[in-house]
Amino acid sequence: MRKNIDNAITKYRYSAILLRQLVITEFKLRYQGSVLGYLWSLMRPLFLFLIMYVVFVYFLKIGGDVPFWPVQLLLGIVLWNFFAEVTNNGITSVVERGDIIRKINFPKYVIILSSAISAFINLLINLTVILVFMLISGVHLHVGMLLAPIFIFEIFAFAIGISFLLSAVFVKFRDINYIWEIVMQGLFYGSVVIYPITMVMERGGHFAQILLLNPVAQSIQDARHALVSPEAHTLFGLTGGNIWVSLIPVLIVILVSVFGIFVFKRQAPSFAENV
Amino acid sequence: MSKVKQQEEIAIRVNDVSKNFKLPHEKTNSIKSGVLNVFRSKHKSVESQHALKHISFDVKKGEFFGIVGRNGSGKSTLLKILAGIYQPSDGSVETHGKLVPFIELGVGFNPELTGRENVYLNGAMLGFSEKQVDSMYDKIVEFAELKPFMDQKLKNYSSGMQVRLAFSMAIRADADILLIDEVLAVGDADFQRKCFKYFNQLKATRKTVIFVSHDMGSVREYCDRAVLINEQELIYDGSASDVAEKYLKIMTPESIASAEEDKSTDGSIDERWGDGAFSISNVKCQVDDQYIHINYKAKAKVDCVDPVYGYSIRNDKGDEICGTNTLIVGRKTKSIKAGNSVVVSWKVDNIFTDGVYDIDVAVVYDNQLTVAEWRNRAASVEIKKVQRLPYPINPRSVVEVV
Repeated sequence: MRKNIDNAITKYRYSAILLRQLVITEFKLRYQGSVLGYLWSLMRPLFLFLIMYVVFVYFLKIGGDVPFWPVQLLLGIVLWNFFAEVTNNGITSVVERGDIIRKINFPKYVIILSSAISAFINLLINLTVILVFMLISGVHLHVGMLLAPIFIFEIFAFAIGISFLLSAVFVKFRDINYIWEIVMQGLFYGSVVIYPITMVMERGGHFAQILLLNPVAQSIQDARHALVSPEAHTLFGLTGGNIWVSLIPVLIVILVSVFGIFVFKRQAPSFAENV
Repeated sequence: MSKVKQQEEIAIRVNDVSKNFKLPHEKTNSIKSGVLNVFRSKHKSVESQHALKHISFDVKKGEFFGIVGRNGSGKSTLLKILAGIYQPSDGSVETHGKLVPFIELGVGFNPELTGRENVYLNGAMLGFSEKQVDSMYDKIVEFAELKPFMDQKLKNYSSGMQVRLAFSMAIRADADILLIDEVLAVGDADFQRKCFKYFNQLKATRKTVIFVSHDMGSVREYCDRAVLINEQELIYDGSASDVAEKYLKIMTPESIASAEEDKSTDGSIDERWGDGAFSISNVKCQVDDQYIHINYKAKAKVDCVDPVYGYSIRNDKGDEICGTNTLIVGRKTKSIKAGNSVVVSWKVDNIFTDGVYDIDVAVVYDNQLTVAEWRNRAASVEIKKVQRLPYPINPRSVVEVV
């Protein structure tokens, strides 16, 4: 018993040390050789936002009547990019670390977590930009904002769950990242990032509610609601406060994560042979 | 009580370990072929390649333990299973104590990072926290003799510098059990000496070491005990010198056998090449303390002006370490008519260190570029002198101290 505890401590100590160094390394390498370095972390979403704003708000006149739409748009883009970065990097991460996997035995989940955490640090940098925008736009600060981390965590958990699942599959089936690229294209337009949900609601029916069953859309919308504008519609609001329906996206996140971890754990011992 | 004690003394127990690799004829790397294979499952031909069959042995604490075998015998697979990198298909491995594998030096080294950053990264791979690396950092740099270069990117290091850095990391490894692949002992002579010094240190401190090698000299020198793996099976478990002897027995007869086979002219292309103007046979090689004698018969199939006869010697790694021919040594040869043959006898100073050497013999034209007949590994010879030295050659040295 005592020995088991000791073993567990040694094991997790090793994982923690490794995780820390891999995150540091990834962060150091991210903007290596670029003149502006970490500034790109801020400028990338800003320029994307600028383009989207010009195209959708200025020319296509979308979202003009939605309060604080530009800030909502920026928040949506930043959260979406975070989701995309975690999954895209996560899927190929195991294969990319193949040379180490073949030389030394270490807890493989560290690979997924390290690439996810470095994306998360990137997100934190981006969120400070959003905070500045919020203050400039005159968004009211209130206690409800403290709920936002929950929704950000939900996206994070969903992205990690998907990374676990698909990175393990990617070791054997290299088609996965092409498939995921296409899925992401569809998901992007389905995740109410670049258009306000009110546009969908105008079409009537349960369109908007169905759309919000997607965990990414639901958490982006909830984060907008908590951080930017209490008038932003959420799944909870649209279903008239139906808790059970509102929990469906959360359930999806939990199921995908548990299944992903299960598959990853099963496949991890044979990574060295197959990678 | 005694059982508990026995348990305590065992560092690694390998219990009936087998390993198969699945080799599908077409590796299903894409979903399309995966899906197709599901439908064709009847024809699906997954070949199982046995890499290890029913291996069992124990390594005691404090033992310097050798795993010996030829290339492809499965010893590297076994090492990877011991390191936990591969899972055995069958059987189990019990490990008592912290194990650090050195299948390669400098695992995780990234060329884009500086020397300093790589020390921390590789340190983490070996299980050291930042604080721990901090405290040993100066010693690592000093041992690697790289102080002025630590803030440069690793990609600007020479390969020798990289190995030095990696090695000075490796010797810091705080492990109860070390797994060392022979690749560790590559590099220049200076580096090899450092390696052997480190091995001696490990031995002196009674660390448990598992050492994989096909260099019988170092196995004899360092290992207390060893196992011999041949064709995926453990065929002998015993003292290092017995294992080394058995290993050489497996190695040598085959080389001799292939040499005898070659008396007929149909050698494989790998083993003999040239334009076929000559055929070499009766290759014999003997060794005494002073000389290696190489004899062979060369028969001309066409008329040939001034043929050049030569030999070269390879060590057990396959590197050609020396060789010469009649032109180089200034021995004039006679032109030869088709159907005639000559016997060539070389006497080479035996300055070699212990080991198995392969002999190539050849007849070339006097431009030394065109080959009439070249036979790779036509004979093999084992050199066994009194003591093992960690140097590539061992010339007779006479000393007087007055």
